[in-house]
Amino acid sequence: MKRLLLGLAALAIGPTVQPSDAQDTSAIDRGVRIGIIYRPGIRPGMVVLPAHAPVLDSMHTIMSRDLDYSDRFELITLPGGDSIRVTTAAPGARPPAAGGAGRGTGGGGAAAATTLNYPLYQALGADFAVAVTPAPGDTTIVTVHDVAAGGVRRELRARLPALKDPGFRLVVHQLADRVLEAALGVGGTAATRVLFVMDGKVYTIDQDGADQRLVSSSDHQAMSPAWAADGRRFAYMEFWQGHGKLFVQEVASGKRAPVTTTGQALDFTPAFSPDGKTLAFSRATEEGTDLYTVNIKDGCCLQRLTVGRFYDNLSPTYSPDGQRIAFVSTRAGLPQIYAMAADGTDQQLFAPFDYGATGSSNAPEWSPDGQTVAFHRDVGGTLQVFVLDVRTRAVRQLTSVGRNEDPTWAPDSRHMAFVSDRSGYRQLWIIDVETGRIRPLLQKSGARLPAWSPRLPETASSTP
Amino acid sequence: MKRLPLLLLSGLAVAAMAACGGKKPETTPVPVANTDAEEAERARIADSIARADREAKEREEAERDRQRRIADSLAAIGKSTEAVRTLLATMIHFDYDKALIRGGDAAVLDQKVAILQANPALRIRISGHCDERGSDEYNLALGNRRATAAKQYVVSHGIDGGRIETVSYGEERPLASGHDEDAWAQNRRDEFEILSGGESLKQP
Repeated sequence: MKRLLLGLAALAIGPTVQPSDAQDTSAIDRGVRIGIIYRPGIRPGMVVLPAHAPVLDSMHTIMSRDLDYSDRFELITLPGGDSIRVTTAAPGARPPAAGGAGRGTGGGGAAAATTLNYPLYQALGADFAVAVTPAPGDTTIVTVHDVAAGGVRRELRARLPALKDPGFRLVVHQLADRVLEAALGVGGTAATRVLFVMDGKVYTIDQDGADQRLVSSSDHQAMSPAWAADGRRFAYMEFWQGHGKLFVQEVASGKRAPVTTTGQALDFTPAFSPDGKTLAFSRATEEGTDLYTVNIKDGCCLQRLTVGRFYDNLSPTYSPDGQRIAFVSTRAGLPQIYAMAADGTDQQLFAPFDYGATGSSNAPEWSPDGQTVAFHRDVGGTLQVFVLDVRTRAVRQLTSVGRNEDPTWAPDSRHMAFVSDRSGYRQLWIIDVETGRIRPLLQKSGARLPAWSPRLPETASSTP
Repeated sequence: MKRLPLLLLSGLAVAAMAACGGKKPETTPVPVANTDAEEAERARIADSIARADREAKEREEAERDRQRRIADSLAAIGKSTEAVRTLLATMIHFDYDKALIRGGDAAVLDQKVAILQANPALRIRISGHCDERGSDEYNLALGNRRATAAKQYVVSHGIDGGRIETVSYGEERPLASGHDEDAWAQNRRDEFEILSGGESLKQP
């Protein structure tokens, strides 16, 4: 019910926050849209029309997968592929709904919004159809058809880098997110990456499992990568002579700098404040492990947030408004999830537990929408992923097959990457919390400690 | 600790020889047999005196006795720097998700106290490690507590804390690669390494 209301709200403000998308044909019955989207148990059908040029074919493949992985559509595979396309290419019964989109193929006119045989796609179960067509120059036009309404919902244009350009995939992912936004008015997760640790090194991988790359640049054993909210930087820890040293690295340039004051003790589990000015982290000394913050903008002002003495405090995660920090503390014996104000005051239990019965709880991560905190908890000797509802403090177990740990939220606060050995060895998986659908992100043993990025800015495509 | 049974064994061997010797006079009545028996008797007496001594000292002071055993062990090993190093490197182990020094490991730490006392220039690093079952990041804090627990023990027995550095590697550097209780038990450990002053080590 809550989601329905949120969805309505998102739809209501959608057009106003996206004024630049002038192609959005708004002559669509909103009642129908809501009906399509939120009919219980049924997702709108989506068909991505086949493309012919090699580049567009790759684009088609990547975009189809992105839209499928959004878990918000039933992806419809066309029987016979091209033959259907031929049918749709036949002169349409009705003119294009979008005024600006001409039907002609010659000259500078956009060839995108050719009419579709809407009744045919409706018969196939599609509510939306996406067509990818080339335009003069290296521009590509992506047309989002509202099949049910029989018109063009939106026309998206993007300059597509060459197929072998490292930025190609990111541009396509961003287009997929814009298609999702055009169709349903919600933000996607296609243009995101996941950092993770394997064999002591930090890697990045696109959320669809492609383009795995090494990003940590030294031979020192690394752990605990964490993204800044702007998607332009990330932090991680490296072992230096038994100490833990924190680094902040730029995505685009690959340049990194050590975080001031760290590296003299065991400093670990860095977490950016949402404004990117502060880094919270854990510091283990002979007094135990405690939480600190340091100003990374000016490289100063170390501040201690907890004084454990006989217990440990670690693994900080900021609420998206920057006001609170959830963390792990062993103050009651086993590690459990606590929260406090960002300055260290007002410390309190966050995820309720039964003393003596509930197992250790660790690795909290606050969702980008602020409503939940994911963590893992020991259940009968193995770990399972849980989510805590921030408002009601209700705790819900999300996984049960195998050992599941270190959850990290996608920017839609709906998908989550985690480590699981359900396949026989530990690897990275992604779960859609809404539907429970699960897919492997990386089928390699030993990948762990994932950190899902925010939606990546365009400039993040300029990779080394 | 390991050497003590050896001493007992050699004692038994002497006794066994004496027992054999006791039978010999029947077949070959030569005086040689008597000297054997006398030696055995003497050895037996000496042994019992030593044992009585040891028991007396145990009653007197447990601390001194431990050090004596360490000295005995060292003597048995070979009195070399290498031997002291080996002794110093002996690891201690922990229960799952615990950082308490086990009863049996206190003696291992006592050896390190004695070595540190005999070698004032010696500085060491204690590194705490965990098995793979716990949470990766929590294990860094747990390993830190394990290393600190050993340091606190050594410091509480009179060693200057400035001579001991502690680090934690969590579960990042396993010793045994298996995924069973045997491997886990080996991996839940403190390691001891020499930082400086270990060029020539005196036995305690």
